[in-house]
Amino acid sequence: MNANGAALSTDNLCKNFGALRVAIDVNFTLPQGCRHALIGPNGSGKTTLINLIGGALAPTSGKILLDGQDITGLSADQRVLRGLTRTFQINTLFPRLTPIEAVTMVVCQRRGYGASLWRSLKRSHEAIDEAYEVLSQLHLAEDCDRPTAQLAYGRQRLLEIALALAARPKVLLLDEPAAGVPQQQSGEILSVISSLPDDIAVLFIEHDIDLVFRFAERITVLVAGRILCEGTPAEIAANPEVRRIYLGDEVHV
Amino acid sequence: MTAIELPATVPVPTSQEKAHKVFAFSSRWRWEEIAFWVVAAISIVVFPTHLVLIAQVLITGLFALSFDLLVGYAGIPSLGHAAFFGIGAYTAGLLARAGWTEPISGLVIAAIVAGVAGLALSVVVSRLTGIGLIMITLGVGLLLYEAAHSARGITGGDDGLSGINIAPIFGHFQFDFYGRTAVVYTFCVAFLLYLVARRIVNSPFGLELKGIRENVRRVPAIGIPLRSRYMVAFTVSAALAGVAGALLAQITQTVALSALSFDRSAAALIMVMIGGMGTLIGALVGAAAYMVAQDRLSDLNPVYWNFWVGLLLVLFVLFARGGLIGGVDRLIVWIRSKRSKS
Repeated sequence: MNANGAALSTDNLCKNFGALRVAIDVNFTLPQGCRHALIGPNGSGKTTLINLIGGALAPTSGKILLDGQDITGLSADQRVLRGLTRTFQINTLFPRLTPIEAVTMVVCQRRGYGASLWRSLKRSHEAIDEAYEVLSQLHLAEDCDRPTAQLAYGRQRLLEIALALAARPKVLLLDEPAAGVPQQQSGEILSVISSLPDDIAVLFIEHDIDLVFRFAERITVLVAGRILCEGTPAEIAANPEVRRIYLGDEVHV
Repeated sequence: MTAIELPATVPVPTSQEKAHKVFAFSSRWRWEEIAFWVVAAISIVVFPTHLVLIAQVLITGLFALSFDLLVGYAGIPSLGHAAFFGIGAYTAGLLARAGWTEPISGLVIAAIVAGVAGLALSVVVSRLTGIGLIMITLGVGLLLYEAAHSARGITGGDDGLSGINIAPIFGHFQFDFYGRTAVVYTFCVAFLLYLVARRIVNSPFGLELKGIRENVRRVPAIGIPLRSRYMVAFTVSAALAGVAGALLAQITQTVALSALSFDRSAAALIMVMIGGMGTLIGALVGAAAYMVAQDRLSDLNPVYWNFWVGLLLVLFVLFARGGLIGGVDRLIVWIRSKRSKS
């Protein structure tokens, strides 16, 4: 842990697509172990911010610090090895692999023998057991040997998180983990997230404001690529600007 | 009379046991694999007049298998795979002409040269996907063919390389006129490399190749460096293709320009398609089906060969995407379900 206790922070992060500015001077801090929600109207740049932090996009300027270390120049896969993993808003899974295969792949990679050509996968019992543990944690144990494509949509959303979790991240970025899931089930997904170990800091995008206020310890509001404000759920709920732009009766999309 | 015997309770596997079984099952020896190698070994004994065809099937099968590693496992499409076959063939041929006639070290050197060529190509293509990859590999294949065509001084151009003399295997088994040594040698090398390829696809690396095939976008997000996996996949696949080429050069004692031809690349794709992609054994079964059919049909009427190949391809793509191996698997599942019902 570094001095100020930030697991992740960004320093004047900017991203332009030509003349379009999608991230403007984003200064954001994610404390260790925090459950932090990122909210904002459609097109406010939430997914872009996840893409920038995760390494799928390179920023135009600014820095990203993981545990105090500059990771701006690292590729997405190098960031995963440093403890920063993400999930996707649209299922980005391995349709013909079973969940146990997909998660074991992540575990082998994290354990450092993902590139081994000669090691027997079926004899890598510790890796398979560890992958199974992760799947159990996400209520996927029963489905572990069925092809991913055959799983119900809600189960696939959980697998989306399992893949990220198997990399044992210190910082987990969740891009709308409950996207497209019926309301009864989205509560299950969010409660799985809130029961994650305390040493994982979680930044999640979520549109359902009720869920955000139930599960987030801190909230950042992003509007048009800029951070509008940041605070505890109570502070955000009381902020007149947020009420006007985001929570109020007149929703600006 | 004894009491009624209750059937012993069959323990229901826990889901954790099922997790381990997934890996045991995917690396099991399929009976198609055992059948292929047993039939290949038996045919050497039973068809002494067809030894050349058997050796050619094994060599082409090994080449198709190297292609399956790329296209069937990693989902990396290529239309220039003959480049590596040709490089292996010319390496072995030129080595022997230069006086290096020991066959096994010849294979090893051919594998290394072809592997390095694969590595070089992977550096160029590792940022590409889909149609870009197809075009680059096709282009490189054509370039190499024309280069070999015009470099008469080295490759013999149209005439190819001939007069390749190969020393006896282990200094003992002379290559004979009937091709007996050649076919046994080919069988042993192909089987050994089949075991190697099998080991690779059932390793963590093999699983990552499948991951790349299934969703290339997710792979970097779970910590896997895509570029380095491409490099290893191309290198291994090219080295295997190079050995296949070298084998052909050694047992036929010639290298023809056709070793590098586009037709060879396309045929590998067809064979893997017919046999079943991403199964390894499908490549060998596909090669056998293709070459035996070609041998039979071209005796009847050589003009129509491409017609039959075309028809077969259309039918397979439309109705049997899993190829012959996929079809047999479905048949087994169907028979088992019938049996369990009755």
